[in-house]
Amino acid sequence: MTTTPAKDTALTTAALALGDDALVLSHRLGEWAGHAPVLEEEVALANIALDLLGQARVLLSMVGDEDELAYLREERAFRNLQLVEQPNGDFAHTIARQLYFSTYQHLLHTELAAGDGPFAPLAAKAVKEVAYHRDHAEQWTLRLGDGTDESHTRMQRAVDALWRHTGEMFQPVEGLDADWTGLETAWLERITEVLRRATLTVPEGPRTGAWTAGAGRQGLHTEPFGRMLAEMQHLHRSHPGATW
Amino acid sequence: MVTTTPLEAELLELAGSVPDPELPVLTLRELGVVRAVHARGADSVEVELTPTYTGCPAVEAMSLDIERVLREHGVREVTVRTVLAPAWSTDDITDEGRRKLREFGIAPPRVRSASGPVRVELGPTRTHAPGTHGTPGEEELDPVRCPHCGSAETELLSRFSSTACKALRRCLACREPFDHFKEL
Repeated sequence: MTTTPAKDTALTTAALALGDDALVLSHRLGEWAGHAPVLEEEVALANIALDLLGQARVLLSMVGDEDELAYLREERAFRNLQLVEQPNGDFAHTIARQLYFSTYQHLLHTELAAGDGPFAPLAAKAVKEVAYHRDHAEQWTLRLGDGTDESHTRMQRAVDALWRHTGEMFQPVEGLDADWTGLETAWLERITEVLRRATLTVPEGPRTGAWTAGAGRQGLHTEPFGRMLAEMQHLHRSHPGATW
Repeated sequence: MVTTTPLEAELLELAGSVPDPELPVLTLRELGVVRAVHARGADSVEVELTPTYTGCPAVEAMSLDIERVLREHGVREVTVRTVLAPAWSTDDITDEGRRKLREFGIAPPRVRSASGPVRVELGPTRTHAPGTHGTPGEEELDPVRCPHCGSAETELLSRFSSTACKALRRCLACREPFDHFKEL
């Protein structure tokens, strides 16, 4: 069954874009539970996931029933960036994904919080939470990049691998009043500075383009996303209405 | 201007007296999360509650506790509404709340004066390096003091502790680990 939002308005488009980003990344981070390298990181990643889940609940509830939207939509109805659905990979990949996304999310929510649109109240809360997510990602990028040969190699591999998913973040989203060009410039500056201090090389490949990734906002997703959704939705679909 | 009736003030006091489900040493009033109580008729009220963190799982328990307390006080219909704006800040925790946190063994959040742009220190590459505090905008704040011995010499063990609102630290003087309620 596919649940289509009742009104295909700009508000719905924007709420699903922001809400699906938060929901999907939250689920990916939750997959670390029981697998993180140290207990402190287990707790940190779960806490970041919880912040994102809270944001997703508010956003999805603005335009429909949160459970229906999370558990009963098909893959093509999700509007999240392809970046957030990428598998966790090794710890460096997870940190690179966190670095790219939290830097973007912090900049975007700062701008939304300053406006008077429907997302301003949530953005004002989220920006304070995300400041900690970004700090966490930046500190780890520095430790791994400027760490051992092994950690440096892995961190470089991770920032390179995810680079092609970063252009999509700055495609304008209907219903979000933001200076997308300004956001992209600020994002590139910040990322360049962090990578430089971490003794890492800023990737050179294209960040978007005809052959590269970047159509999550149109509902086109990468292959691993279907399997992630199957796991996320399986229980709810198998036992509709179950509670505990 | 919105006026508060004596009944609303009384019910606000009652709702605010509910203990926090995760930090029961604090009341919801001391935590600064009960925003208002509006009477909606003879025995129906609406309570405005704001979450500390957007994903705080304690909100449901808080709502149920508020409903129970007000019902026991004779209010027939209680609606608890979650409000996000203005965003909750650790500056909303009262002085009494801070004192209780410290007594409970949790370093209270420091008061932030201006809400300027958040600066992040990119220097240290080890979490136990001196000067790493795990709080964005850290350098404008006083050091986190150990709630046990009062020493200002403490180090960060993890930016996230048992809940999202706390960081795990250790005192370098008395060697005790402790939670720090992070500034938000």
